[in-house]
Amino acid sequence: MGKKQYNRREFINRSMQVTAAVAVGGLATLAITKSKAGGTVWQIDPFECTQCGRCATDCVLPVSAVKCVHAYDLCGYCDLCGGYFKPGVKDLDTGAENQLCPTAAIERRFIEEPYFEYIINKDLCIGCAKCVAGCSSFGNGSLILQIRHDLCVNCNECTIARVCPSNAIHRVPANKPYIIKGDFVADENSRWENPT
Amino acid sequence: MNNESQNINKNTVTKPEVLHRKLNGNTEWKSYFSSLCGCSVFSVVKFKITFFILFLLISFSSFSQQQRFPKPEFETGYTQPTPTTPEPRALAWEYIDVSVLVLVMSLAAWFALKRRSRKGLLWLSVFSLVYFGFIREGCVCSIGSIQNIALTLFDPAYAISIPIILFFVMPLIFTLFFGRVFCASACPLGVIQDLVIIKPVSLPVWLRKSLGLIPYIYLGLAVLLAATGSEFIICRYDPFVGIFRMGAEFTMIILGIAFLLLGMFVARPYCRFLCPYGVLLGWMSKFSAKHLSITPAECIQCKLCENSCPFDAIDAPTETLKTDEKKLNKKRFSIFLLLIPVWIFLGGFAMSKAHSFLSKAHPDVYLAELLIQHPELKEDPDNIDIQTFLSSGKTMEHLVTEAKEIKQKYYTGSWILGSFLGLAIGILLMNQYVFRRRKDYTPNKVDCYSCGRCMDYCPVKPTPNPSREGNEPTPNPSEEGNKATPNLRQPEEGGPLQK
Repeated sequence: MGKKQYNRREFINRSMQVTAAVAVGGLATLAITKSKAGGTVWQIDPFECTQCGRCATDCVLPVSAVKCVHAYDLCGYCDLCGGYFKPGVKDLDTGAENQLCPTAAIERRFIEEPYFEYIINKDLCIGCAKCVAGCSSFGNGSLILQIRHDLCVNCNECTIARVCPSNAIHRVPANKPYIIKGDFVADENSRWENPT
Repeated sequence: MNNESQNINKNTVTKPEVLHRKLNGNTEWKSYFSSLCGCSVFSVVKFKITFFILFLLISFSSFSQQQRFPKPEFETGYTQPTPTTPEPRALAWEYIDVSVLVLVMSLAAWFALKRRSRKGLLWLSVFSLVYFGFIREGCVCSIGSIQNIALTLFDPAYAISIPIILFFVMPLIFTLFFGRVFCASACPLGVIQDLVIIKPVSLPVWLRKSLGLIPYIYLGLAVLLAATGSEFIICRYDPFVGIFRMGAEFTMIILGIAFLLLGMFVARPYCRFLCPYGVLLGWMSKFSAKHLSITPAECIQCKLCENSCPFDAIDAPTETLKTDEKKLNKKRFSIFLLLIPVWIFLGGFAMSKAHSFLSKAHPDVYLAELLIQHPELKEDPDNIDIQTFLSSGKTMEHLVTEAKEIKQKYYTGSWILGSFLGLAIGILLMNQYVFRRRKDYTPNKVDCYSCGRCMDYCPVKPTPNPSREGNEPTPNPSEEGNKATPNLRQPEEGGPLQK
């Protein structure tokens, strides 16, 4: 009697084991058929970004992993840079009162008449998108926000992706981790494609 | 991203692209711009005026991504710098993480089942806390991977990466073979709680069982919200990830610290009463092929292990039931078995009533309802979500149609979720009347985290010779060991039911 009972138990146990193994295996196979080997990272699509400023405040890191990146290909090297100067400035110089950037993270360098180069100091940039908005409304839109992958911890779900009002943050293939705007013509081909 | 948001993306993308082409084809525009910027001597005032004209010209067609000022041709030999784009963490590292996980679990299984070493498990757990917790900053973890699996099954656009699948599957497989060794010393969330246990109190069974239903709710909700592409609640409300990263929202840090403080007295509160992955691990562990045993040889019923377990996961020996009790039990069992479909239906029905509330977790539904209920908010310039929606050019009808589709998904999903919860409740109630005859103190395979404390406390020495003829297990000569005389075979008074 005792032995028989033990056998029945064992049989149930064994069949449940098999069931569980099949279930886990099935789930894994289903997932694998849909998987991409390369893995994904989070990135902002600058064409969809509306410069709301949430990137600066909602990243889990103390200082956001989102920084301004300068797509030089697109830059007009203007003297009156909409991303550098506050609207309606009197003098086009590097005076702090003239600068749009709250952390003075943009360096302005003279190249030749009348062109100026603008370089982002990534250590100072907080990703507030003020310059991006300025450049997009008055310039070429060469200043863009990007998630910098030396800083990003690649959370399972990106907090700023969740709060982004224009759904501009996507998972992108890890081998193409940036969406930098190209210049006007090349741009069409270099557009990022949805990884589907 | 899910279907809906993808559609939105497509809509927002195509517009500037169309404008692009228009502008590209129009050479007049281009020449105009080049003349604007090409003129080298421009005073500030003139520049401002041109800006103003330019602004007027372009403001009617809201394209902001166009190259208004072509790239200059430099005469001084200036070379244009390239934007710095640091590479993300190499994929190889993800696989190294998976290997470390497998290695840790293998070692944990060896320590728990073969070496019977609590010390080994403890040090292994410290390693996991440092590596998976503080170095890898708690992400991706197996608990959160449930949502990735759910999302990949329901969202055709989402492609999961293989390391995440492995993070989900490997602990389940290990648990199916060896019990919950993952919880013992691989999961950083479990380990950080395990290390702060100071004076665990024993909770009454009814409380444990009732609170034990929360993980089912959490699991169901997490799967529902992930499958509908709303959000990943397990990650968002992970109480310890803020501690691992040394920084998070204030409330989450407070929650993490609260869990740790509570965990000093109620051992592993997150694991026992919240962890959604623990539900799956419990199912696996219930039928695990092997499991940690408390005693290496014959149990001497000293009860030391029962006191050592901070999780009340040790089942005491039971006495045989009387025949009339047996009959009553059988009757109750069959009643509760027959009641299960009722529970399933009730659960599904009740939850489907809540689908409208639940669906607000999806940003599109939330926005649509907000705009319908408070149309005056359209005038609020500070509401970024609404302003972005209004300027995106998407129509209200489009948003409402999308929201309705999502709500429909939630309706189906909440029926399934409710039925699942009903089933869990039904089985829990039915199991009240399942009687298991136990001679010795044994770990409850579902609840046991294989932490090894009971093995450490067990005074029984392993028998050097497996043939038990005349080889009575000798108790430990230490203080408890002496009290526990080997002939304590009769069950202690009220022992099994006291807890």
